[in-house]
Amino acid sequence: MWHILKYIARHRRPGASASPTRSPTLSPSRHRAHLIHPDILAILGRALAIRHVDGGSCNGCELEIHALNNPYYNIEGLGIKFVASPRHADMLLVTGPVSRHMELALKRTYDAIPAPKLVVAIGDCGCTGGIFGESYASCGRVSNVIPVDVTVPGCPPPPADILAGILTALRVRPSLAPDEGTASDFTPGFN
Amino acid sequence: MQFSGLDCRFERLAAPLPMHRARVDATQWSALAFAVATTKGRLVSLWGSDRRAMGDGFAVATAYATAEGLLWVELGLDVMRPAYPDISRFFVPALRMQRAAHDLVGIDAEDSVDSRQWLRHGAWPADYFPLRIENTGQERFAPQPDNYPFVFVEGDGVHEIAVGPVHAGTIEPGHFRFSVVGEKVLRLEERFGYTHKGIERRFMGMDIDEGARLAGRVSGDSTVAYAWAYAMAAESAAGVAVPERAAWLRALLLERERVANHLGDLGALGNDAAFGFALAQFSRLREDWLRANFEAFGHRLLMDCIRPGGVARDLDAAAAAQLRRDAVALVAEVAELKDIYDEHAGLQDRFVTTGRVAPELAARFGLTGLAGRASGQVADLRVDFPWPPYDKLAVTASTQFNGDVAARVAVRFDECFESLRLIDALLAALPDGPLDVPIAIRDAASGAGWIEGWRGEIFVALETDARGRIARCHCHDPSWQNWPVIEHAIIDNIVADFPLINKSFNLGYSAQDL
Repeated sequence: MWHILKYIARHRRPGASASPTRSPTLSPSRHRAHLIHPDILAILGRALAIRHVDGGSCNGCELEIHALNNPYYNIEGLGIKFVASPRHADMLLVTGPVSRHMELALKRTYDAIPAPKLVVAIGDCGCTGGIFGESYASCGRVSNVIPVDVTVPGCPPPPADILAGILTALRVRPSLAPDEGTASDFTPGFN
Repeated sequence: MQFSGLDCRFERLAAPLPMHRARVDATQWSALAFAVATTKGRLVSLWGSDRRAMGDGFAVATAYATAEGLLWVELGLDVMRPAYPDISRFFVPALRMQRAAHDLVGIDAEDSVDSRQWLRHGAWPADYFPLRIENTGQERFAPQPDNYPFVFVEGDGVHEIAVGPVHAGTIEPGHFRFSVVGEKVLRLEERFGYTHKGIERRFMGMDIDEGARLAGRVSGDSTVAYAWAYAMAAESAAGVAVPERAAWLRALLLERERVANHLGDLGALGNDAAFGFALAQFSRLREDWLRANFEAFGHRLLMDCIRPGGVARDLDAAAAAQLRRDAVALVAEVAELKDIYDEHAGLQDRFVTTGRVAPELAARFGLTGLAGRASGQVADLRVDFPWPPYDKLAVTASTQFNGDVAARVAVRFDECFESLRLIDALLAALPDGPLDVPIAIRDAASGAGWIEGWRGEIFVALETDARGRIARCHCHDPSWQNWPVIEHAIIDNIVADFPLINKSFNLGYSAQDL
């Protein structure tokens, strides 16, 4: 336990001492991600539940969605949670071209999310079908299967882009986002 | 070359690893499978092709790993009755590959014990075979009924838990059918194919460079390994060798990919045993590592950095020095976290004896790669057939014999340290020279690539048509071999330990659904 506490004490902030040989300006994306944070907090009032569905991706996008949970992007600290059930979700993140074998599962997941619901398609494949396109096995882009609010291109998009996409989705559907002044009173809709 | 006194002639492929190819008849096909099995060789892959465009029939091919290297064996099949002798009686992992070959090409393993569909669910009818030349791959069908006959377990108090295809976390889709009594798992049956998006059909007709982009997207977590295996296959088809500097940079990329994946998995394994500290720390280290990838190579996951003929980007001296300092710093960090893992009684209690695959079971099922090395299956291409630059680096393979989650964690730590040592050695002696050689394939040719990715051996077989475009490209992932073993690793464990056991293997879905 002592060992763990010592380790935590030495790594108070991500990047602070991780690589002592690097200058602190390692990555511009860190700054970008941090600029988005206050906006998300203001709009969400610390509550956004996301259900992710892999519609048939190569798993590259999944790795970058995972990265959102690391201490740099710290999305749980912003009140964004990935949830196991679509019934608990406000937003659906979909990756990959939608394979025909996942078409039904994706539609069912979408239907199970209570309205109002947001859909963000992640990655070039989700946006356009990408390199896999449409075929006997692939439905292509996500919007060929369910309605999509926002697309985030990239192969895969870096975590800061995914975060920005989530924020954009909240902005394009004002019905879901309350006035900034009353953000803390925001309660997610149930039906 | 001859193998085990069999009268089939193997031609050596122009490739940095020893790979040989032969055409056989049905008798030799079975005799060879038997000979490889009895000399402790392994089945690497099995796939089907339609060769009618070249005036041939159908064909089935296997790749075996033997002490002499890789054997690529091909059996021509009758057009009217495309069937071949089953080899799953010698190699258990062949079962699912044979079922997949049926779904894609319509060729059958005679007398196979399992001929259920594998890749085909309800998206296309049973008499449609996407890789046959009369089909374009662009056909669309109304969804077909999909009543997959799972094996049903009966008994007092036995019930089923069906999980997936959409899982609770951010992972790829697949279906797991548990038969349990109370908390104890009696049987697990897996069903995959959900992410099948027609990759092998997509390859057909592409030029060599387009194919490289697609190969790099078979599995995002192994993009470097696939890109290298594909590039090696293309270079072997074209008969060119890559410059020394390109080979060294490729190895640097491959080891960086291995470290990135091990960092991610080590954190996730701690997290699955409710040790959130581990996830926070390892995911922080992984993020630093990926950002350094972006700075040095322009892509966090290193996609498209390797291309046929060489590498797409160079590394200047300052960047190389920085990557070297990073590797040294990371050794200290991971060593400290390893001490914390080793001393943490709660964590070890979850890891030790959980999801055990004994070496005998591993050998019988052909468990391969990282998981194989945790169960005493000593094989690592970087050690067994060190190709440039590994021939200068004296790689040490990690081996454990307990075969439990703890052993797979130990192998990951070992390999992380070994890869960091390799990265340091590669950067210390990076040779100067050109980054690539021109590569052009203008006629029918074939080649193969074989790379030790972080998960295990990745194999690519490539054939071009008379115009030099891709006639067939088969990509093989070690997940084919290792998924069936998880069905055994979980037996007698509790359902709640499945995520931990599954993560300790961390196998691919997209990588094998193709």
